[in-house]
Amino acid sequence: MPNMMEIRWHGRGGQGAKTAALLVGDAVLSQGKHMQAFPEYGPERMGAPVQSFNRISDAPITLHCHVTNPSVVVVLDPTLIGATDVTAGLPNDGIIIINTDRPASDFREKLGLENGQKVYTVDASKIARETIGRDIPNTPMLGALIRVTGMLDFDAMLEDTRHKLEKKFRSKPGVVEGNVQAIQRAAQEVKSD
Amino acid sequence: MASLKELAKKGEFLTGGHRACAGCTFPQIIRQTLAAADTPVVVGASTGCMEVTTTIFPYTAWKVPFIHSAFENVAATISGVEAAYRSLKRQGKYDKEVRFIAFGGDGGTYDIGLQSLSGAMERGHRMLYICYNNEAYMNTGIQRSSATPMGAHTTTSPTGSASTGKKQYSKDLTAILIAHNVPYVAQASPSHWNDLVTKVQKALATDGPSFINVLMPCRLGWAFDPKIAMQIARDAVNSCHWPLYEVVDGNYKVTYTPKEKMPAADFMKQLTKFRHLFQPGNEALVEGLQAEIDRRWERLQKLAAMEC
Amino acid sequence: MSTKVVRERIALTGNEAAALAMKQINPDVCAAYPITPATEIMQIFAQYVADGQVNTELVTVESEHSAMSATIGAAAAGARSMTATSSQGLALMWEMLYIASGLRLPIVMPMVNRALSAPINIHCDHSDSMGARDAGWIHIFCENGQEVYDSTIQAIRISEHPDVLLPSMVNFDGFIISHAMEPVNTLDDEDVKRFIGPYRPTYQLLDVDHPITVGAIDLTDYYFEHKRAQVEPTFGAWKIIEQVGEEFGRKFGRKYGLFEDYRLDDAEIAIVVLGSTAGTAKVVIDQLRAKGVKAGMLKLRIFRPFPHKQIAEALSGMKAVAVLDRSEGMASMGGPVFAEIRSALYDYDKRPITVNYVYGLGGRDITLAHINSVYGDLQRFAAEGKPTVDSISDLVTYLGVRE
Repeated sequence: MPNMMEIRWHGRGGQGAKTAALLVGDAVLSQGKHMQAFPEYGPERMGAPVQSFNRISDAPITLHCHVTNPSVVVVLDPTLIGATDVTAGLPNDGIIIINTDRPASDFREKLGLENGQKVYTVDASKIARETIGRDIPNTPMLGALIRVTGMLDFDAMLEDTRHKLEKKFRSKPGVVEGNVQAIQRAAQEVKSD
Repeated sequence: MASLKELAKKGEFLTGGHRACAGCTFPQIIRQTLAAADTPVVVGASTGCMEVTTTIFPYTAWKVPFIHSAFENVAATISGVEAAYRSLKRQGKYDKEVRFIAFGGDGGTYDIGLQSLSGAMERGHRMLYICYNNEAYMNTGIQRSSATPMGAHTTTSPTGSASTGKKQYSKDLTAILIAHNVPYVAQASPSHWNDLVTKVQKALATDGPSFINVLMPCRLGWAFDPKIAMQIARDAVNSCHWPLYEVVDGNYKVTYTPKEKMPAADFMKQLTKFRHLFQPGNEALVEGLQAEIDRRWERLQKLAAMEC
Repeated sequence: MSTKVVRERIALTGNEAAALAMKQINPDVCAAYPITPATEIMQIFAQYVADGQVNTELVTVESEHSAMSATIGAAAAGARSMTATSSQGLALMWEMLYIASGLRLPIVMPMVNRALSAPINIHCDHSDSMGARDAGWIHIFCENGQEVYDSTIQAIRISEHPDVLLPSMVNFDGFIISHAMEPVNTLDDEDVKRFIGPYRPTYQLLDVDHPITVGAIDLTDYYFEHKRAQVEPTFGAWKIIEQVGEEFGRKFGRKYGLFEDYRLDDAEIAIVVLGSTAGTAKVVIDQLRAKGVKAGMLKLRIFRPFPHKQIAEALSGMKAVAVLDRSEGMASMGGPVFAEIRSALYDYDKRPITVNYVYGLGGRDITLAHINSVYGDLQRFAAEGKPTVDSISDLVTYLGVRE
């Protein structure tokens, strides 16, 4: 399928991996593209490893099978590395983005990445704590993801997100600003190795 | 208090021609109940003697709106009818005052129907549930239910060389309903029609769920001469096998105290289902039944004396 | 916050789409009991109730059996009534399903397809609704969230049609559709209100001036006639389903029928499939067509009443057909859809080689590769003129299982 991007998110139950995929899905839809966002479900509880997925395309998506070869992997919790095979199915030119305070170079060997595979890191947790006031890394990761992949018009996405948040948190402008800043900072601070 | 004349004037809500046994006492229960209502009612019944004998297509004996859906769920079914009423009234699509009455036998209430009864009562629908308790699954040919008294012979708790009938004492379902904090709970008997009618009136006036457990002597399953059906009911009440009381917002009141408490044995002797208990060697069982009746009656007295 | 729904393209999961359709339908009564993966439908709807956005009386019953019982009571009373469930919940209300259709009550129920225990499994397959295929309900299957939304709305019109008066279940795949967010084009509140119209019950317990008895007992002298009388409206529903689907298409741009034929016209090999797998198959078919293979698909939307004539007409000219069943009834030759399609084709002189693939039980993924292999098989059978299937039974292959 031309122009179809598949993303896999890794997180722990309660960290917002499912919400992350939904946020991306929403952002994509606003720019007129087609999308899917879905979690993987099992008897996991808080703290257990969970995954969620996105498909993004310029054409309508009718596929309903699992995502087995995501071109982009996002890891919301670095402690999952080693516990889960986060690079499973990643193609030779795939991208992996990790929420961590460590530099990207730390991960190339650790993950056994091929030359063509790219790794990026951003301290989304720190950004979230400083902008939103809670360690929920999915909003900043959205910014990092969009910046790294270029899959959407970043500024349009930012405006749209601000708009959506304003509708939802009318009485809490601080929340809106915090989230918008989170996205911007992560986009600025995400770095490859 | 109601006058028989006034009640009789209300008209006939259950026609003759239904197929209940000669000597069955639920037709009287239905007539007394429906005469007690002062608004139109919608009635539901679980599968059982009552439903099967009164609605044989293409006939129906019911002159009020009536629904039967299945065995274990008249409470759930009527709760749906009541919810529809509430909804349509709230939307201004319906403007009559109607009350809702669900009838279930002891099988469809104490046993398989307990879940849906509990749910409906807990949700607080404005409906009256009347259990017509003939102390066994009579429609299917006299099988034991949890309402069957200890020692009674039924086809699934038969007497035999190794058995003296049902092993367990009857479940106290009325107590379970009281424990649901249902605002109006009562026990009644068709032999004491004024008491029953008054209780139905109180129940229907309650803005919430209500439950009345009505003893329903069965000439086939208990076995007695159909002519004496009401007398059997009276004896059940006078022996305190079936006390008549009500619980209003948790406050107990005994509504009828026998002038002379009849020995349980005198009540039971008249019924074939207990006949074997009067054979030599079974005295302890009769004593056990008397003791249990006394225990529950004394407990009831204490509860009635309390301020709740 | 404005609660009005307008025509727009928004991201919704299947459950959200069902709940939104219910919100716009605004039923008088809804019964709710939780079960994975359908729970969210009633959770979302309960929030609409709590925020005063619907007029619905929500009855939070204590079991699915009571959910259907209360829904039946409410519908018989004269109210537009709905509920939703899945799997074990559907199984628990099994006797009440027959009662609902026997009492000719136009109940509409979103039904999230999940495997039946044992073993207990919360993921998708069709064993639940297939287990209820003789209960006299209309069964609609949805490929995606858009169809869930559209079909729930249409189901009200279909069920309430005076020539039908039968309950409908709107089936969609558990997790795959129920929990997956996809773009859905929504309608205005007014669009939906006008499309479904006000509810005019044929009978109502609450019409106390004209008392009726509902649920009488039939002896041997009447039961057969009553059941015979249920046959006409059941199969007459085909026409109504098509009419409603066509009207929906005219008004809102998305037309629906008994099934969707995808590149079937000049196809030589085809699959028959229900639910979300059809979407995956479309990708495979497009790839095959690009290579010159005459592949097509009959995506069955209406499983009950089974449109045997219409399906047979569409398939009789094919060389080879694979019927994909997402349930194994442990019953007969292959899955339920297969058995009925073979039966439908039996009388045709020209009929395709017809084989069965049982797939996806308990949520097992069905991939592009799997579907490709099915078409590969079909090409071989077509060329050889016979099915040479290597499997437990002659015509049934279990696709995607570890043997």
